[in-house]
Amino acid sequence: MNERIKPIVMPKWGLSMAEGKVTGWLKSAGAKIAVGDEIVEVETDKIAGVVEAGDTGTLRRVLGAPDTVYPVKALIGVIAADDVPDEEIDAYVAEYAAHAAEAGDEEEAGPRYEFVDTPAGRLRYARRSQTGGGDGARAIILVHGFGGDLDNWLFNIDTLAEAGTVYALDLPGHGQSDKAVKDASLKGLSEALIGFMDALDITSAHLVGHSMGGAVVAQTALDQPGRVSSITLISSAGLGEEINRDYTDGFVAAASRRDLKPVLEHLFHDPATVTRQLVDDLLKYKRLDGVDAALKALSSALFPGGRQSAVLAEALKAAPTPVLVIWGESDQVIPAAHAAALGDRARVDVIGEAGHMVQMEKAGRVNELVLNHITA
Amino acid sequence: MARKISMKQAINEALDLEMRRDPTVIVLGEDIVGGAGAPGEIDAWGGVLGVTKGLHAKHGNRLMDTPLSESAYIGAAIGAAACGMRPVAELMFLDFMGVCFDQILNQAAKFKYMFGGKAKTPVVIRAMVGAGFRAAAQHSQMLTPLFTHVPGLKVVCPSDAYDAKGLLIQAIRDDDPVIFCEHKALYGSECDVPEESYAIPFAEANVVREGKDVTIVSYGLTVHRALEAAETLAKTGVQAEIIDLRTLSPIDWDTVIESVETTGRLVVVDEANPRCSIAGDVAAHVAQNAFGALKAAPQMVTAPHTPVPFSPVLEDLYIPSADAIVAAANKTTARALAA
Repeated sequence: MNERIKPIVMPKWGLSMAEGKVTGWLKSAGAKIAVGDEIVEVETDKIAGVVEAGDTGTLRRVLGAPDTVYPVKALIGVIAADDVPDEEIDAYVAEYAAHAAEAGDEEEAGPRYEFVDTPAGRLRYARRSQTGGGDGARAIILVHGFGGDLDNWLFNIDTLAEAGTVYALDLPGHGQSDKAVKDASLKGLSEALIGFMDALDITSAHLVGHSMGGAVVAQTALDQPGRVSSITLISSAGLGEEINRDYTDGFVAAASRRDLKPVLEHLFHDPATVTRQLVDDLLKYKRLDGVDAALKALSSALFPGGRQSAVLAEALKAAPTPVLVIWGESDQVIPAAHAAALGDRARVDVIGEAGHMVQMEKAGRVNELVLNHITA
Repeated sequence: MARKISMKQAINEALDLEMRRDPTVIVLGEDIVGGAGAPGEIDAWGGVLGVTKGLHAKHGNRLMDTPLSESAYIGAAIGAAACGMRPVAELMFLDFMGVCFDQILNQAAKFKYMFGGKAKTPVVIRAMVGAGFRAAAQHSQMLTPLFTHVPGLKVVCPSDAYDAKGLLIQAIRDDDPVIFCEHKALYGSECDVPEESYAIPFAEANVVREGKDVTIVSYGLTVHRALEAAETLAKTGVQAEIIDLRTLSPIDWDTVIESVETTGRLVVVDEANPRCSIAGDVAAHVAQNAFGALKAAPQMVTAPHTPVPFSPVLEDLYIPSADAIVAAANKTTARALAA
């Protein structure tokens, strides 16, 4: 295939995604494209997102038609320099289609979820590492927030694997891990994380935490500095007292789609990101036996009465671990002002047009920041 | 961990999980263990279509084969519930409910009320409903409206395996008598179901498809017919919103009304006979409470007012079809069906 021509394909966001719908192009044919530019909007049954450019050039072909569903890896656009002749691009497109037809189902055996037994119970996780390239020795662990699960990292996990082996786990009480939370304190969750690392023989790792998961990785960096190479705190708990009680209490209390949807809209800059399927999936999780008790235990231990019980900012300022802080400017759950809590101690990026789930809403920028931080 | 299992397996799993969780849960019915109580044939049957197969090996005598006397064992189940057990009685076909109606509508449904709230009757009566199984007029009826008519009874009719498991677990944990209706034509249908226990609250309808042009309300097998119809409608530019009621008593009026307030059009699809049906109930409720939102008269798509025919050709015509639902939707949108 012609190396001067770069494909834009239907992305695969998460293990269950088989196809996606092109909902609209943000660039038109002929536009100049830089790496990281948002090119095309895609919607799956779970989530709406944006495909970002991985290459520089001109958008020479817009192939994905709006409101049309394409399988994962289908060619939906082409980027190339202006001096690449049209005939070569047409040949590329034809060849790509033929190649895709040959590839058939051989990619079905993709990575799967795995489970590991730890002192905190049986925990589910996903593991990604890039064959060839990448530094296999470097471990990166992604820790989701309150009520979340490892799929909160679906736009991050593959890209971060450029820097090492990435693990995303479900904390106790979350996702498909055991629902019993033996110790709902930050210390308890941090010990669960260390137990996870022990069980997988990970001696030290770069920890990336979102929201409550941020407080967990911060606590781990304070308690076990020798096992933590760096931390990234994304829209993190543990940096100030304020937290939106409408969200935390609302999430715990919501028992129907009607109750849950407005609560979830707090998570995103654009409330339209909350699809019916996203609400349904979270309702299905919340209905599992033990989840209600787990969420209530965590909520009353970590944010009783609408305040965060543990503020680690001062302790972190005195700790040696490198810290990156990332926030979505319009975060409605934990105020973006907390990003400044560590002063000069941390590299801080507050990203515009993003809410609490900044790692999903501005995945490209977040991935770039995290990769720079980890490989620094 | 979610995996694909059938509705039959999901029901079996719900019974298994609840029997493990709560020692007061017992299961009784005809042939649910060995068939006619014959020694040497333990677990040969697991009920007329094998739903309880394998449970006897796990839970032993907490599953009980009963004589072929519905009035006796449904009465026994209700009595056991009044005395502190949580029995699940399998009645094979809901059509057989007639011979135990006093126990259900005059006893179980009334205890809580007549004893001033001091008595409860946490019994579940599971039974197959619906046509399409070539089982003739006495084994094919959708008798759900008979039970929604009676205060004190809860009535459930799931449309897929995920809902069947969560609703049956909820039914067992519920303190009121629940008539749990299983459409026999859906027993083999599969979907993603978590291995863990979960309960789906009653009176929470499921919006299985979103649309802005017409609201289609249904339950059980005909939810799938409505989904087929929605595909056809979408090709002509009509976006149907489909609501699966899931529980018929109590019923989630809010979801229905909210949807009709958006679409202004209502089609109710019910496999029951039309008079005093779920369809009539929903249409009347919407007409009374959301009349101002309606842009067209509500349409009902139901079985005809006849017994379920034994002739396969006629039986296939008896169940509301996707075509009939499309025609009803087009009537509300004043579009003539291209014929």
